[in-house]
Amino acid sequence: MQLSLRGREVLWASIFLAIPLAFFLYFRILPAFQALYLSLYDWHVDPSQRRFVGLEHYERLWEDPLMRRALSNTLLYSLLGVPLQIALGLVLALLLQRVPVARDFFRAVYFAPYVTPVVAVAWVWSWMLSPHFGLVNELLVFLGIPPQPFLQSPSQALPTVTWVVVWQNLGFQVVLFLAGLQSIPRQYYEAARIDGAEGWRLFRHITWPLLNPVLVFSVVIGTIGYLQLFTQVVNLNFTDQGGPLNSTLTLALYIYQTAFLRFDLGYAAAITVVLFVLILAITLFQLKFLTRRIEV
Amino acid sequence: MRGISVMILMTLSFALAQPITITYWQYEFRSKVEAIDELIRRFQEQNPGIRVVHQTFPYDAFQQKVATSIPAGQGPDVVNLYYGWTPTWVRAGYLVPLPEEWARRVEREFVPMVRAAIVEGQLFGVPTAVRSLALFYNQDLFRRNGIATPPRTWEEFLAVGSRLTLRQGNRFTQIGYGVAPDGQDHHLVREVLVRQFGGQPYSEDGRRVLYNSPAGLQAFSFYTDWVRRHAIGVPGFFPGNNGYRDGFIAGRIGMIIDGSFAIGTIRQGARFNLGVAELPRDPNGPRANFGSFWLHGLTPLATGPKREAALRFLEFITSEEAQRYWLEKVGELPASRRLIQDPALLRDPIYGPFIASLAYATATPFVDETAQRRVMVDAINRVLLQNVDPAQSLRLAAEEEQRILDRFWGR
Amino acid sequence: MRWRQRLGDLLTLFLLALGGVVMVLPFLWMVLTSLKPFPEIFELHFLPREPTLENYEEILFRTGFLRWFVNSLLVAAITTLSVLFFDSLAGYTLARLRFPGRNLVFILILSTLMVPTEMLVIPWYVMSAERGWINTYWGLLFPGLITAFGVFLMRQFFQTLPQDLFDAGRIDGLSEFGIFWRIGLPLVRPALAALGIFTFLGNWNAFLWPLIVVQTPEMRTLPVGIALFSGEAGTAWHLIMAASSLAVLPVLLVFIFFQRQIIEGVVLTGLKG
Repeated sequence: MQLSLRGREVLWASIFLAIPLAFFLYFRILPAFQALYLSLYDWHVDPSQRRFVGLEHYERLWEDPLMRRALSNTLLYSLLGVPLQIALGLVLALLLQRVPVARDFFRAVYFAPYVTPVVAVAWVWSWMLSPHFGLVNELLVFLGIPPQPFLQSPSQALPTVTWVVVWQNLGFQVVLFLAGLQSIPRQYYEAARIDGAEGWRLFRHITWPLLNPVLVFSVVIGTIGYLQLFTQVVNLNFTDQGGPLNSTLTLALYIYQTAFLRFDLGYAAAITVVLFVLILAITLFQLKFLTRRIEV
Repeated sequence: MRGISVMILMTLSFALAQPITITYWQYEFRSKVEAIDELIRRFQEQNPGIRVVHQTFPYDAFQQKVATSIPAGQGPDVVNLYYGWTPTWVRAGYLVPLPEEWARRVEREFVPMVRAAIVEGQLFGVPTAVRSLALFYNQDLFRRNGIATPPRTWEEFLAVGSRLTLRQGNRFTQIGYGVAPDGQDHHLVREVLVRQFGGQPYSEDGRRVLYNSPAGLQAFSFYTDWVRRHAIGVPGFFPGNNGYRDGFIAGRIGMIIDGSFAIGTIRQGARFNLGVAELPRDPNGPRANFGSFWLHGLTPLATGPKREAALRFLEFITSEEAQRYWLEKVGELPASRRLIQDPALLRDPIYGPFIASLAYATATPFVDETAQRRVMVDAINRVLLQNVDPAQSLRLAAEEEQRILDRFWGR
Repeated sequence: MRWRQRLGDLLTLFLLALGGVVMVLPFLWMVLTSLKPFPEIFELHFLPREPTLENYEEILFRTGFLRWFVNSLLVAAITTLSVLFFDSLAGYTLARLRFPGRNLVFILILSTLMVPTEMLVIPWYVMSAERGWINTYWGLLFPGLITAFGVFLMRQFFQTLPQDLFDAGRIDGLSEFGIFWRIGLPLVRPALAALGIFTFLGNWNAFLWPLIVVQTPEMRTLPVGIALFSGEAGTAWHLIMAASSLAVLPVLLVFIFFQRQIIEGVVLTGLKG
């Protein structure tokens, strides 16, 4: 059978994607539907005792003040965290690329927080930020600024948690950008230099456009990550989960508490559906408006 | 004919000879794990036809583990849970009721707080041990500041607290009382202070919130004034899980109110002389204490012969003999009325104050422990962190909690 | 203009050193705490007054730490290999092969990242219970063998490559798989290295699913084991710090190995086109 070039591509694409797609369908998409389907029921261990409630959970969500809080907090985390993480990560990657000495050492130093277990990171930072004993407040007092409550304050807790998350994720962001920067062929830089460009112009016309795929990835994955923020919030708020007066509560944490501490899986599933739709909408938007085709 | 009956008999006896295996789950804590292992050993000796499999999981994710496993049919037959989770678990079908006689046994033989394991007239679990609150204090710190005895009344408590607090502006280096709204303090307000001031936190059937009364408000403001007016302490002094305990162990906090379950940890870390006293109170006023316990319940997975075996195991690990062993091995107070009357226990400098309170300690009838806990913690934090008027904050809390109760009981 | 270069270098060094302190201080604190005996960890001095290895002794010899370590290593290593292969294959296909519905498939795969794992845990457990995967290595492995994260990453990197290289491969008569394996993969080495690091780390630190699927102490992974150090009566921070300090080592090693690949990738990409 003779296949056209195009036909050949389609055939091979199907073969290559067969296993991954089957995997995703069976282990991710199907279970997701099963879980989200629970949002139409009142949860009970015995399936025969699960009462069908239709959209009741969604109605309840609409009126739930904690849900509103979790939603606004979650969006705030993303708006604060994603740009900060990407900007800092890019700057650091550029610096790490050009540092003249001890490159490996610096790379390891900037990567160390990312590999440290969150439970240890949370404990150390909660001490560093302690209003009474913390190093950060010592520094502030030294600079003449009054000590701050940070994690203890309903208004400061969320930005503080965001900072710790960004701090930890910088290692990830830096490695990503380094990989991206290394993927840009030297020739482009050389050619541009021959034409007399340097420094900022090189960055603007070569580095920035060619980093676009990595940037899009960072923004999309970063946003998806921040919208599902859970582990760091749990670990930094210790016994008052969700922060002083629910100021650090995220949708993912609210889902966890509802499902596994209050055994209200139907309601938790409804929240998950809302979260899913939110993430999908934002991601599609970002993919559409941030992707630039690269004309090489 | 004879041939068939012989065959039936043989099959039956063979089936009976197979040991019945039941699974017991609890959270991992070294002394408790070892204690249960020993109790299982003794139980299996006395009951050769039953095998008990013991599995443990991290405390932080214990409920999640149970929530996921039972619906899939692969989980525990007997499970250890915090009493406050019982109504939630029952509603979602994770626990099955124990036989009628057990409820009567509990009323007769166990300390009053255990009645909280009865939900809508049925008993859902039995404890081996119980806990209550007491005042832990740093004897060395007291002595260094000229304080001879632990405070008996709240006035003395406030005086001691002020004396021991050291601060520079808004930063404290030492505090008299380890304020912890999300530790035991919310229990303190709800079950102890409200009652001591003459009020009642909930109605008898547990379905109505009653702490939004003049007495309740007095109790609530009294507590928040510890920080706002008397400055005997500040929340979040030491960061971390239950930082108030850590700060106490480090010798920077003069007094904390904590549960008997904390004795082991505190003794292990403290480098000072530890003192324990009953909670301060007005000598003419009512006594009150918050009692709590972890009970062993039966899950819907224990069907058929497993149910019989599980009930037998349950009875064994809550027997007086087991409770005595538990006290010695784990250091937790027995749940039996008889055992707590032991004079040696009452005289013990550490256990004594707890034991004395077990006769009147009450356990809050939680229906949704997570949400109700948050309501009280938020009520306190609104006053301490956002300067909301205590009356308004308490009112908001009462309304929110009543909604939670209504939703649960209304279903 | 040499001095301008020198000034830039100095500034770079200064900024990186400053930032480095912020980065590494908490890490150092963690290690130093692990060397303090329990009563000392709340005394507020940086360096241990009575440095001791007893916390390490405790976790290495009196807990299942070594076993947890081996389990985590096994699961992380196998998953990383699987991800590196399948994710790059899928990413390549989505980036370089044209077929109808390509964008839809991409969004479909990406959507699997949008439902938090916590809700998937129950269907997974039911599935595992029915098939006997509970408390097995396969049970620990299966959810992470192919990830949308990796597919997305590889797709982005494959997209940056010029088409003529692949056309040249077709003209030379290579099979489609050969083009992927011989031409595509070597050119995205930095991305593969990054993916390897991220995947290994993600699995190394995974807590939720390993907690649910494991029933016995021998099958516990590192994060599940470390969680045992905290309970109702208190948190054993000294043990957690010691365990965390040790837990960091393999990942740092993986990082050091893979990040060399990121640098070496430059040499090859420099030869492109």
